[in-house]
Amino acid sequence: MLLLLLGVGFLVAGGVAALLAQGSPRWSTLLGVGGAVAGCVLGLIPAAGVLLGQPVRSLRVAWDVPYGAFFVQIDPLSAFFLLPIFGLSALAAIYGAEYMRAYRDEESAGLSWFFFDLLLASMAMVVVARNAVLFLVAWEVMALASFFLVTFQDEEERVRSAGWTYLVATHLGTACLLVLFILLGRGTGSLDFDRFTAASGVGLLFILSVVGFGSKAGFMPLHVWLPEAHPAAPSHVSAVMSGVMIKTGIYGLVRALTFLGPLPAWAGWLLIGVGVTSGVLGVLFALAQHDLKRLLAYHSVENIGIIALGLGLGLVGLRVGSTSLAVLGFGGGLLHVFNHAVFKGLLFLGAGSVLHATGTRDLEELGGLLKRMPWTGLTFLAGAMAISGLPPLNGFVSEFLLYLGAFGAVASLTSGAAVPALVVIAGLALVGGLALACFTKAFGVVFLGEPRGQHAAHAHEAGPLMRIPMQTLAAGCLLIGMLAPMVVRALAPLLEQVTGLPSDRVRLELSHAAAPLGWVTMCALGLIALATVLAAVRRSALSRRSVDQATTWDCGYVRPGPRMQYTASSFAQPLVALFRPLLGTRETASPPQGLYPQAASFSTDTPDLYRERLYRPVFSGIDRTLSAFRWLQHGRVQLYVLYIGLTLLVLLVWKLGEP
Amino acid sequence: MSGGSVLPLLLALGLAPLLLGVITRTKAVIAGRAGQPLLQPYHDLRKLMAKGAVYSRTTSWVFRAGPVIGLAAIIIAAALVPFGAPALVSFPGDLLLFVYLLALARFLTVIAALDTGSSFEGMGASREVTFSTLAEPALLLGLAAIARTTGSLSLSTMLPNVTVGVWAHAAPPLALVAIALLVVFLAENGRIPVDDPATHLELTMIHEVMVLDHGGPDLAFILYGAALKLWLFGALLIGLALPVHGDHLWLDAGAGALGMLLLAVLTGLVESSMARLRLLSVPRLLVGAGVLSVLALLLVLR
Repeated sequence: MLLLLLGVGFLVAGGVAALLAQGSPRWSTLLGVGGAVAGCVLGLIPAAGVLLGQPVRSLRVAWDVPYGAFFVQIDPLSAFFLLPIFGLSALAAIYGAEYMRAYRDEESAGLSWFFFDLLLASMAMVVVARNAVLFLVAWEVMALASFFLVTFQDEEERVRSAGWTYLVATHLGTACLLVLFILLGRGTGSLDFDRFTAASGVGLLFILSVVGFGSKAGFMPLHVWLPEAHPAAPSHVSAVMSGVMIKTGIYGLVRALTFLGPLPAWAGWLLIGVGVTSGVLGVLFALAQHDLKRLLAYHSVENIGIIALGLGLGLVGLRVGSTSLAVLGFGGGLLHVFNHAVFKGLLFLGAGSVLHATGTRDLEELGGLLKRMPWTGLTFLAGAMAISGLPPLNGFVSEFLLYLGAFGAVASLTSGAAVPALVVIAGLALVGGLALACFTKAFGVVFLGEPRGQHAAHAHEAGPLMRIPMQTLAAGCLLIGMLAPMVVRALAPLLEQVTGLPSDRVRLELSHAAAPLGWVTMCALGLIALATVLAAVRRSALSRRSVDQATTWDCGYVRPGPRMQYTASSFAQPLVALFRPLLGTRETASPPQGLYPQAASFSTDTPDLYRERLYRPVFSGIDRTLSAFRWLQHGRVQLYVLYIGLTLLVLLVWKLGEP
Repeated sequence: MSGGSVLPLLLALGLAPLLLGVITRTKAVIAGRAGQPLLQPYHDLRKLMAKGAVYSRTTSWVFRAGPVIGLAAIIIAAALVPFGAPALVSFPGDLLLFVYLLALARFLTVIAALDTGSSFEGMGASREVTFSTLAEPALLLGLAAIARTTGSLSLSTMLPNVTVGVWAHAAPPLALVAIALLVVFLAENGRIPVDDPATHLELTMIHEVMVLDHGGPDLAFILYGAALKLWLFGALLIGLALPVHGDHLWLDAGAGALGMLLLAVLTGLVESSMARLRLLSVPRLLVGAGVLSVLALLLVLR
């Protein structure tokens, strides 16, 4: 426990030191990154220890705040979330050291590292806090630190608007959490997590936690801030936000499940419904994007959907008393939390590397980067295959657990569990196919073919500080995929805590899941061996023959040019057209006219459906109603103090009036 | 968990190109031609293996790695499918590995096509991912319905468990799944009515157009992989639709081979009697197959 607090201390100290050394970008980067890496490494030690079976550690210090206590604890659930928080953040910090050099002249490095380190410290505190007041303070620091990171380039109008959307969304979520904690603490009059009781209205509490934590996690339709805010932030911050920060929402939801006790039957259905909606719509909107980082941000919504599917299956399993379904559902969902942190962190770092080299995120300007940036290309490919759930990478492992649970339920359980499982299978299959379409598009258009613009033609590979984190994460994707049986067995302490099932049964179910994964690993080894043999066969067949270089044949065109290539929009067009009713894609076209057409143009734009149809009308309605009260607000501080005094007076009178 | 036979894998590796030969011969006979020899696909493969290659300057290592890893993935998938005997490798959930290994092969084919920078190949790649996105739910839901009927999660135990008795008991859902699998079989292998393997009009093609720039041993790998994939989907369909499961290994394998022959002739008949669908109508066909799978599941879940 002390190691963890020391780590958090290092993070805060590093951040403050970076701020103090603001005058010298070199020193503030060194201090900020150094503090982040040291803090993360220190924090990883106790987290790994608890996951490997060391006893739960807690620390409680009195705190002079009403209902507050400095009560922190590392149990398997906290430790499981601490692992990606510290692991990915350390790599992102190293990456950021080089990435931020480009902004040295325009923005303050010290300020950005201060908020970055503060964000890491607050995320760690969120998952170890065991008192609602402490939790909410950490939660709020996390929201504010990330807000300032999102608005890093605040001279751009888009960035400011993204920041405001994020700020509003996160506080609406926090409002729900406030109500949730007060209701939970009402029974015992304490806001310590271990004294929470869900006496009545479990359904309401569950909905409050889904909305409150779901708005941070990015459940559809609470996701609108996500595709705005993630692309606006610097890329190493996007990686941390998308890879781990939104997972604190999942953490909160799972933690809340442990307070609530048995839930009604519709709870599982609700999460499965949220999962299918977020999964399918998330990937569809991703498919329709032209901006690489926006595409990745929508994919986070999709993956949060897959995680929600797992949690929903787990709840259904608990409800019908199927240990196997509960363990596989929660296990697959939570393992996907970790896997997504690895591959989405990797993909955002890769996107940052592309942005760094070319200065653009527009897919239609890119192309042919694999030759110019071999390492970024290779690692991005690993991330793209992992996120598409292809064996033998890590994305396949968590999706395999979910499928295995769902198929098992369809094969042998009553229809109460089989029908939700059926929905999960259909959802996962559709999402899997669409993700493959989306990532062949992203990788193919950015890295393959010929450059579509001048920027891409003159791109250069990233330096070692940016390359090494990407290589580490890509190796992680492969390693988790190949060591899947061990990884799955290691989930036992976490799943015992989350499902509340006896240890031996959880371990038994996990070993049932680990055995097939052992065969998957064998097949993956076979695949690698066979591919090596086939490559040797191909080499020897070609060694005796002529191998020539030419232009792309393309059915006989003499001079195929980069502009004749298929674009990202045209690649996605059949699927986008198929799902147009769900997407609301707008097309603007001015077709070629006359015998000798001069100019013609075509463009598509896919704004967020919920933002356009749901939030914009609601918020502009609120704006209209509340502008009637404008006269109250005129910027004179004395009058504001008067308002506060009057309010207190009214409250006092009201209190005295009570019997 | 395992301990299957190597026979299904060997049959697939050896006989898959013959299946293509039978389909082509059937079409020739119906059109009143003599047709090419039944073993022509084998000759084609041998000829391609002996050729050199021309690579586009646009392409990178992805273009060269695609056919190699793609074929390796399909061969490993072939080790999971039973045919007359349990597959070489079988475990609960092997059907998922099967589906995702084929997805891996598809991913590589698609990015190898995009690597050429050609608009034709991009077009083919785009259509491929569109149609397979719709075929995947139909396939997985169909397999889920069979899993429900037989209570098993492994291809090697669920297909042999579909016996005449099971058919008598649950004919309507199994028939629905068989139709859905037939559509998936035709779509995934680029046959009419989804794609025409014989056409040379690039604008209408899917599978053929993605490999326009490949030649020599690379093309041989791709064609052999495609033949294997045809065999594997055929084996799934035959395993379901032909519930002859004796105890004798050679008898079962023989019955299976006969079934495959019939399936090849049926495919030839479909290709001779139908036109290719317009590309815009293909999604309807595939969604229809998915709906049939869902219907089958609802029937067995009652």
